[in-house]
This record gives sequence, C-alpha cells and structure tokens, in this order.
Amino acid sequence: MGRKLLLEHINVPGINTLEVYRQKGGYRAVEKALKTLTPDEIVEEVKKSGLRGRGGAGFPTGMKWSFLAKPEGVPRYLVCNADESEPGTFKDRYLMTHIPHALIEGMIVSSFALGANTSYIYVRGEMMPQIRILERAIAEAKAAGFLGKNILGTGYDLELYVQPGGGAYICGEETALLESLEGKRGNPRIKPPFPAIAGLYGCPTVVNNVESIAAVVPIVNDGGDEYAKIGIGRSTGTKLISASGNLVKPGVYEIELGLPVEEFIYSDEYCGGIANGKRLKATVAGGSSVPILPANLTLRYANGEPRLMSYESLSEGGFATGTMLGSGGFIAFDEDQCIVRNTWNFSRFYHHESCGQCSPCREGTGWLEKILHKIEFGHGTMDDIDLLWDVQRKIEGNTICPLGDAASWPVASAIRHFRDEFEWHVKEPMKSQSTNYGLANYANPIEKAPEEVKSQN
Amino acid sequence: MLKVEETQPVEFSSALLAKFDEVVKRYPEGRQKSALLPLLHLVQEAYGWTSVPAMDKVAEYLNIQPIEVYEVASFYTMYFLEPKGKYVLEVCRTGPCCLVGAEKIMSHIEQKLGVKEGEVTADGLFSWRGVECLAACGFGPVLQIGPEYTFYENLTEQSVDQLIDDLKNKDLRQ
Repeated sequence: MGRKLLLEHINVPGINTLEVYRQKGGYRAVEKALKTLTPDEIVEEVKKSGLRGRGGAGFPTGMKWSFLAKPEGVPRYLVCNADESEPGTFKDRYLMTHIPHALIEGMIVSSFALGANTSYIYVRGEMMPQIRILERAIAEAKAAGFLGKNILGTGYDLELYVQPGGGAYICGEETALLESLEGKRGNPRIKPPFPAIAGLYGCPTVVNNVESIAAVVPIVNDGGDEYAKIGIGRSTGTKLISASGNLVKPGVYEIELGLPVEEFIYSDEYCGGIANGKRLKATVAGGSSVPILPANLTLRYANGEPRLMSYESLSEGGFATGTMLGSGGFIAFDEDQCIVRNTWNFSRFYHHESCGQCSPCREGTGWLEKILHKIEFGHGTMDDIDLLWDVQRKIEGNTICPLGDAASWPVASAIRHFRDEFEWHVKEPMKSQSTNYGLANYANPIEKAPEEVKSQN
Repeated sequence: MLKVEETQPVEFSSALLAKFDEVVKRYPEGRQKSALLPLLHLVQEAYGWTSVPAMDKVAEYLNIQPIEVYEVASFYTMYFLEPKGKYVLEVCRTGPCCLVGAEKIMSHIEQKLGVKEGEVTADGLFSWRGVECLAACGFGPVLQIGPEYTFYENLTEQSVDQLIDDLKNKDLRQ
C-alpha cells in the first residue's frame, strides 16, 4: 500500500464536514503555521518538500512562491486554479467534492505564507455543486475562527471567496484565469510580466492548482523533509491520478510518485487491468495534451527498462519515445479503439477551446480538426497525413500560451507512433468506416493487425 | 450570435439584486467588473438564458459598457444567448467519454427527444447538446443539467430514458 497524504480519510463518513475533518487531524496545519511559523519559514518548508505544481506544468511550487514581489502597500493575492478541464483529469473535482476542507486549510496556510489577505478559488462554472460545497465549508471554517479577522487570535486576517468560471478550458491557463476573474474574456496575457509581479488587478499574485495547495497541509504538518522522502528523485510526494478509459476500475488514485506504470494499470490496488479482458493498445498518461504512447512504450522505455509514474520517468526518451506526467489524467485505450478518431476528437476539443488570440492556434487547430475529420471519415489522402504534420509543427511554439503546443502534441505523437493506422484509413476508406484497425504495429503483440496491412509492410 | 431583436426591457427582482450586492462585496473597491461571470450565472438561473436587455441591465448595474458584457457572454460556453428548453441535457463528447460510449448516448438522446442538437422540443421542456470535457472522465459517459449542474454519471440508454421520463413527470407535478 502506498502512503496517502490527501485521500487518507476519503471514505470516512462526514469527512466533508469541519467537525469530522478536525477529528481526523484537520486544521492542525493552520494552528501550527499561524502560531509557530513565519511566512518565510513556510515557503522554506515548501521549497524543501520539492513539491511541483500539480496542474500540469510541474514547476516547483516553493520556487514559484519565492518569486512573489512584495512591494510596500500593495495587496498580494493567492488564487487557486480549480478550473479543471483537461480531458482525462477529474482529481480536483473529486477532492473538492469529498474533502473540501483540505483545500480550505491549504488556502489559509498558503495565503498566510504569501501575505495575502484576500484569496480566491476559481472553480469552473460547470462545477456548481462543488462551488456550493466549498461555500459551505468556508462558512464552517469562518464560524470556527479559521477565516475572517484576527484568525485564532494571531492578528492575521483572511477572506476567502469562490469564483465561478463560465465554461472555457483556456481559463486553466493562469493569466487567462486572472483575466476571467477580472470579468473579461479568457485571453491569456503576454508574459512577462509574470503574475508574481503583476497578476490579479495588476498586483503580485500566485496561482496554484487545487492539489498543490492541498499538499501544503501535510508539508506544514510533517515538514518539507518528510514529504521529500516520499517519491523518487525530483518527483517527490504523492500524486492524484485520474484514471479513465477502458479500465476495470477507473477513478481517482493517490500514488507515491515512482510507482511502476505496469503496476498502476494492472494491479488490483489501482486500475485492475483493461476492461472486458481486452488488451492495452495505447495510453495518454497526463491529460489529453501530452503525447499518446503505444502500450509497449507506456510500460517500458525503448531500452526495455520499466517506466514509472514520475515526472522524469514518463518523459524518458523525450517526445520520440516518451510522454509527460502532466496533470495526471491517465487515459487507457483498449485494442478496439481508433487512434485516428480519438485524435480527431481531441483536435476538435482544442479548436473549440482556442481563445482565438493567436492566428497559428486559431486557424491551425481548425485545420487539424478538418484534416483529421477527412481522414477518419474515409476521404483522406497520404498527403493529408504530411499536411497534418506540417500544420502541427507550425502551431507548436508560436503562440502566447501553451494551448497551441497542447493541440499539436497529441497529433504529432499519434502520427509518430500510429502512422500505419492513419495510412490504413487512407488505403481502406470503406473498411475503416465499419471496423477498427486493432492493435498498432508498434504495440505488442502485433498479431492482431489486419492481414492486408501486414503484407503491405 | 446575440439575439438583438429581443427588445423587451427587463426589470430585475429585488431578490436577484440582493444576490448581486452580495457578490460584488467579494472584490476590492472599483473592481466590481469581477462580478460579471457570477452575475450572468444568476441571470441565467432566473431567466433560463442571457438576453440582450438583461445583459444591458447587468452592464448598468456594474457601471460598465454593454459590449463588455456581450463579449464575455459570447466567449464562455455556459451562457445561452437564445432561449433553450427548460432542461438542457449537456453530454460530454470529449475523448475519454467517447471511449466508453458517449457518442451512442448522444444519438440515443437525439432519437428519444426527436430534436437535433441545440433545438428545443415542441413542449419547450428539453434541449440537448454535446459539450467538452466535464472533468468526470472516470465515470463516463456523463451529462449535466443546469442551473444546478447536477451530474448524471455512468450513463446507459436505460438510465437516460429513466432520467428523461423522471424530468417529464417532475414537470407535470409542478
């Protein structure tokens, strides 16, 4: 059994209430932080913990905090990014639904560490039930003296508010989120200046993911060094993984970073294997934006060593044979799934969600969607596959925010690893409408590939 | 597209305005525009959609230009710029849900309701549409129904039939 820091008490009845949460040791971190630690000491503990941003980018949280500008007389803000919308990711919704006080407690401690007296939790608008849950939890915390004026008699004041979004994936990008919180369209800002210098209302601001903020609680309770003992290498601590797709037991799992991917997929403690006795064809390991990998490269590096669930191990081999941990949205595809169709689906998503600010993304994502639609529905040519490659290359790196990269990578990796399946759609337009290609030639075992494709190779 | 032909002026109830006042308190002095997204949700909850006259009223309340409201309402997918059915079934159509049968669920809903995506049933009760990832991928296929945004998970054709029948019955009782 791996250690659980965030979900340890997830099954305790009533853990969503302040009373039960406190019985299980909740709000100890607030007492400890406000009464015995200075803000700088907390930042130091978070640095020592090695905690990396859990929203997807994996940037060290303590370092992000230390960049925060502290000019005299200017308010500072902490904004929690709960705009969870990366396809394949649903851990924050889960955490907020079941243990809302873990986030509230983390917000209080983190706000104190950063010197913020007003903090916001920006929740995606579709999560109205979670917004109600958080508002109730905030009211409870306030009634118990953990929020408001002069918290626990320490002289520290904090107001915490929940802000609903309006339904836009792009608002998960931190500067788009700040624009949205200011009541505007979610267009990402040009950086620099970074939010740490000029964020919400032009004031120094830190934006952190729900899970990152919740992780500050065990870090303050047990110390950064203890937290850093869990995990492997520079991937310290535990990580919430959202497992979806064709798995026996999809759901949210807290893992110690460094768990072998094979164990995560197949052991009964986690996903329990592929549903309906089928075989694994491919995975997207960290949310739809990260490169898709065929089964063999999911489980092992190109040199045959086992791959682990960690930032470094999932990236091993670069984009040629690796992927990324991203937000921890782990999507499994069984042998009957069509990679072309899924890539088209993801491209439609990015086209729909592009804010339209940068032309490479606004126009390019539309091109990707259209070409993929053409191939998937039996009208593609071999040149279209090359055109697809060409378009994604022209989006990547040429946009203000990472949505352009996020739209390119799934397409690039699908062609890189499953080009035979794209070509099969072109060569067999009729057949591809009624049957699926099966396991890719790159995936093990390859016996399932249709006869005619094998003979063509 | 904004429905500008809708010109009936709107008066907000005092109860709704009281809710507006509560929201605006969350932001620093002079930053009341931050309340725009929450206010539009409240308007939609009260009226079923965000009409141009209602948006103009919101602009007036927040002391901003109407265009600042329109550009926001048309950017975010949750705000309806035209009237919809009383119950809008929003089905997740993104990758992970499609791996477990979301497309089948959508065509079943289309058949069951007898209207295409975005249209309203003759009795005014239902609309449906595909939406992008709802962050419930492990429990797919899923759909949500506003204004409470209740989630219905692990959908089957039977559970969708049951849901639609329940909503019809609930409406008859009201």
